[in-house]
Amino acid sequence: MYACIHIPKAEPSAQEVLVAMASMFSPQVEEAGQGTVIVSIDGLQRLMGPPNQIASEMARRGAERGLMGNIAIAANPDTAVLAARHLRGVTLIREGEERERLGQLRISVLPVERETAEVLERWGIRTLGDFCALPEAGVVERLGAQGLALWRLARGQSTRPLRAGAVETSYAERMELDHPVALLEPLLFLISRLLNELCERLKSQSRATGEIRLTLELEGGSEHTRILQLPFATRDARALLKLMQLDLEAHPAGDAVRAMRMELAPVEPRIVQNGLYAPPAPEPEKLELTLGKIRGLVGEGNAGSPEVLDTYKPDAWRMRATPPGVQTLVHEEKAESGVRMGFRYFRPALAARADVRQGAPVRVAAAGVAGQVVECSGPWRGSGEWWSPEQWEREEWDVELDNGGLYRLYSAGGRWFVEGSYD
Amino acid sequence: MATAPAILPKLSVTLSSVIGWRHEAELECLHPDLPLPGAAAGGFPRGRITEIAGHASSGRTTVLQRVLSAATRRGEYCAVVDGGNAFDPVGAAGAGTELDALVWVRCSGNLEHAVKATDLLIHGGGFGVVALDLCDIPARELRKIPLSWWYRFRRAVEGTDTILLLLEREPMAKACASLIGEMRREEAGFRGERRVQWLAGARFRFTARKPVGREPEARLESEALDMSRGAEY
Repeated sequence: MYACIHIPKAEPSAQEVLVAMASMFSPQVEEAGQGTVIVSIDGLQRLMGPPNQIASEMARRGAERGLMGNIAIAANPDTAVLAARHLRGVTLIREGEERERLGQLRISVLPVERETAEVLERWGIRTLGDFCALPEAGVVERLGAQGLALWRLARGQSTRPLRAGAVETSYAERMELDHPVALLEPLLFLISRLLNELCERLKSQSRATGEIRLTLELEGGSEHTRILQLPFATRDARALLKLMQLDLEAHPAGDAVRAMRMELAPVEPRIVQNGLYAPPAPEPEKLELTLGKIRGLVGEGNAGSPEVLDTYKPDAWRMRATPPGVQTLVHEEKAESGVRMGFRYFRPALAARADVRQGAPVRVAAAGVAGQVVECSGPWRGSGEWWSPEQWEREEWDVELDNGGLYRLYSAGGRWFVEGSYD
Repeated sequence: MATAPAILPKLSVTLSSVIGWRHEAELECLHPDLPLPGAAAGGFPRGRITEIAGHASSGRTTVLQRVLSAATRRGEYCAVVDGGNAFDPVGAAGAGTELDALVWVRCSGNLEHAVKATDLLIHGGGFGVVALDLCDIPARELRKIPLSWWYRFRRAVEGTDTILLLLEREPMAKACASLIGEMRREEAGFRGERRVQWLAGARFRFTARKPVGREPEARLESEALDMSRGAEY
């Protein structure tokens, strides 16, 4: 069975919307002209019910997108197109009912050449019903193969397959606002509509997204673009809306919004199989939302998961947005036997004054850290990246002060610093 | 006439049914594989608050790293809410912590942010350990924290598998904590001769203030670096 949707006098901009809507019902969509698409609905009955329910659902989704037209369902694509283009509303033509349902249509609805049209006019053929009543042999003899094809078309006996094009579903939508919106709350309401629409599209194609790009066209003529990159694939519109809200609160547009465009990058959906004995872990969406809220408090770059960099430079790490998670339980057995002593950094390192005797510090004074050096070890010399502007070179000392504290000092460029304490 | 030891179990059951005392089920604990004393030897209880208090260089961060290592190696997610931006991720990784399962929140000395972030993480759920490091927050600020906040945290972790681990200079949660340990440093281990010596480690003492058992103290030996592998940096 095939369904044809025809939008009379459709504007070119509506074609993309129409194709996108049709692809929500079937990946096989044929564009049969401006404002006309045909889809195969075989197999949809199990999901949506009988053809009349499928047609109702198509009409509903079309109305949501501002597409008002005709829908026809028939046993072959050509009959569906004829019915959708020339019969108003929703038309269901069962197999065998084609002559009866299309019989009253004028002969001009068929794609006849001028010569053939004149012949049919002289014969007094006015409707498809009149044409169907002609004998097949006579049609072939007088009108040839083309006439036979038209005759079969009029009788609903066309057997051509659906000429489905490669439909590249677009996951982008643009919305122009009736009047500029300055406040975040009403803007989020509109963003929610776009998100719901695009997430539905993802769902219909069994896809998810890992990136959202939102471009706000501002009243002053500039644009404000926010890109949310997610560490997991999702199509949960509510979670995405919340993340977008947190991001826009942290990075406001600064001016009233007159239009917006949203694009979702499609990816394969995430398949999760929870192990029976696996330890609990935060849900990815919840974790991302929690981290988003925390970043709103402490600032970007201050909440995430640390990653050690491959360098000998001390305290070399970078902050990842989200912890990637431990893929497999690597270490179930006892931890290594030695207990590694902990270290706490002063960030930034405390500028210090050190009294040096025989090359070793004997007294240190810095903000919050001061005292005589009781024991010390060093200097431990380190340097690196001499080939780059980030080159570093320093001498480190581990010292025990008379107040009981254990600290790491370093001198670089003739200046002393307290880097941190052993704890 | 029945003796007191014979009556006590019956009395306990009667009182439970009349007054409705809850018999607390045995708590699951996380074992950081440290020689902890007394009741703490069983590990840090899940769904409860554990406090580790002590002054600078008393071994608190050593215990924290050990707990993070034990939890993340089991595949659990952990979070460190770092009040003073002092956490050492390189050292933590060297001590066995799986950084891929670690969330680190840097609060830059803002106590309110630290408390809010901890609350969000606990309520977000799914973490084996949430560590709130308040060692670098001035004591006068910490004393302003109402006791009700600690009760709120206690209620938040109850019934979950999350250990809320507090690190500070002096115990703050007190009655709301199920395990309180105080740490101090006994000895720094400098080895070698004066001209060529290195800091090999330190010896810390852990004293269990709550619950108090027969042997409330234990010694922790830690090492600074494994010199046989060469310098870490």
